[in-house]
Amino acid sequence: MSAPAEIRVRVTEAEAVTPAIKRLKLVPVTSNALPDFSGGAHTVVHYTDGPRHVRNPYSLMGSPFDSSAYQISVLRVPDSRGGSALIHDSVNEGTEITITSPINLFPIDRRARRHILIAGGIGITPFMAMTAQLDREGADFQLHYAMRCRDTGAYWKVLQGLYGHRVHTYFDDSNQTLPLTRLLDGQPLGTHLYVCGPAGMIDWVLKTARHAGWPDENVHYERFAAPPPGNTFAVELAKSKRTIEVGPRESVLEAIEAAGIEPQFLCRGGACGQCETAVVCADGTLQHNDHYLSDDEKASGKKMMICVSRFEGARLVLDL
Amino acid sequence: MGLMFKDETYRGDFTFYNSPEAIRHFPFPFHEDKYMYAVNIEPHAPGPKGSAYEFPIDVDEHYVADMKDRAIVLAEDPLRCQSLPHMITAEWDLVELLMTSMSEAYPEHFTLTRNGDAWHWINRPLGIDDEFTFGDTSTLRYPPMEYITRQCQGDFCLLDQRDGDLWMDSGMVTSQADWSLDFDIGMSFKEWHAPVPLAHEVGIFDRALKFLLAMQIGRPVRRLNWTMTINPRLDTSPENYHKWGTDRTTVTPENVGDKVHLRVELQALWRLPRSNAIVFSIRGYLIKMREVATIPKWSRRLHRVLKTLPPELAAYKGLTRYQQMTIDWLAKHDDGAPTTPGVWPE
Repeated sequence: MSAPAEIRVRVTEAEAVTPAIKRLKLVPVTSNALPDFSGGAHTVVHYTDGPRHVRNPYSLMGSPFDSSAYQISVLRVPDSRGGSALIHDSVNEGTEITITSPINLFPIDRRARRHILIAGGIGITPFMAMTAQLDREGADFQLHYAMRCRDTGAYWKVLQGLYGHRVHTYFDDSNQTLPLTRLLDGQPLGTHLYVCGPAGMIDWVLKTARHAGWPDENVHYERFAAPPPGNTFAVELAKSKRTIEVGPRESVLEAIEAAGIEPQFLCRGGACGQCETAVVCADGTLQHNDHYLSDDEKASGKKMMICVSRFEGARLVLDL
Repeated sequence: MGLMFKDETYRGDFTFYNSPEAIRHFPFPFHEDKYMYAVNIEPHAPGPKGSAYEFPIDVDEHYVADMKDRAIVLAEDPLRCQSLPHMITAEWDLVELLMTSMSEAYPEHFTLTRNGDAWHWINRPLGIDDEFTFGDTSTLRYPPMEYITRQCQGDFCLLDQRDGDLWMDSGMVTSQADWSLDFDIGMSFKEWHAPVPLAHEVGIFDRALKFLLAMQIGRPVRRLNWTMTINPRLDTSPENYHKWGTDRTTVTPENVGDKVHLRVELQALWRLPRSNAIVFSIRGYLIKMREVATIPKWSRRLHRVLKTLPPELAAYKGLTRYQQMTIDWLAKHDDGAPTTPGVWPE
């Protein structure tokens, strides 16, 4: 199996939810229904406009019980590589784009007797679908949602309207802090914790939970790293006998795709492991930016996640 | 044209046999004249008309007899069907998958009418006509997985996905080749595969697990596995070993053709939509050596596969005691002519 199945969709709603967040409603072009999905799933959006190009993962935030349309939210990232800006600038009502069939790397743990969901900023999106599913299934859940301020925070009013006292909001500009230590204390056995948000917040939650004695199996997170920029470097592809240049603002995966080769991928954020690639030779330093390989694997220099990791040095040869 | 369901048994007088159509329908597993364990996963795409791959869920002439045999097993041993409480969403996902597949492939035998959550299911071969509320277990006579798998050939396991692993947390297993759901329930992917020889060392299970964790909705996959069974028994479970284990001592050069069966498992996997679980179906097919011999290519090839089978695999599959007698019987049906590549009859 190579790259995931692709689906052609049309944007039927494009709404600026906040100045920086654009919500898109997507319906299939050739059929009546999209594949069913589960809360926490994401899709990869693929869109090209002249020389500008985007292929980014976004969480599905609509209800898993509505297969007539998907909904995603795109945050305009100021220093982005241009993908989110391209969607903000050029994707509007009527635009056709390509998405992949959904994949869930952040599923609900159904053994949980209680679900505590912790969101920061745009990290709310997977929880929009998860709360819809948990609510319908009658599960015990609570959502704790931290935002900078009332104006730039998205969907918090909608969520309060749907789930009332189960939704707790925290606004930085009102000096409201998510009371994590207190929240983690005294939860019944079988409680599961889920976190999605900025990297610093995820680290804080994971560290605090571990310190409080929570087992790793009860703590879930979704961490999609955007491919970080860096210096230009060349990659030799041993199987296809080609040399590709990776520019400062693109990933190895993107550079290889631009050359017409389609390696396996799913998350494009260093989390799922699908684009793991064997390193034939690396005369220099591999910059591992993924959350998939173990520290030992990273140190071995024999594997690389080409969606986010980079290289600096004289020569890199990959088994592709 | 509808299927003609046969009245036959998998125990006692063992009246099971395959019609000529069922022989050609059989998923012969060997694409070359030798065999080695492999992941051999391929897309579960529709195959040729009349083959076991024609539809996602295969129903054949043995359907009614298979379901009768399942009911007997469950009456004697209810633990063949178990489901941990967190699998209830996956159970309903399975109901949807099987009812949809069966009614689309065999409309003359099965009908599903959906009106929101109000579902109406008609199973004509088994004389079932039930209205129920999808998602409401109290509206069915059995829990959802048990309800639908009492009406679908093959064993089914529901695998929960969490912590980067798959967990055997639910299943209906009444026609197995010597493994036990009661023993394996709650195990992880590598735990339940631990007894398989040779494959761990070459990393087969690491690769297979990584592949399965990334399975997508709407892209089912399949693989074949095989063993041999003495007498046409569906239930060759460890729980009933005392009933079938001694069958292996009853093979004689005279009765090989009728007693020795090639047993092929068509194993298919689907990602389930709302639970994110995976369904692993294990559909067993039996064919007598005498029936294999009606397809010259298959008897030539099976003879050569058994002759060159690594001893560890023969031992794991439990063939050792009657392997040579079967090879000798098949030798009479192998003229040494070359075989064409692939599994299909020439």
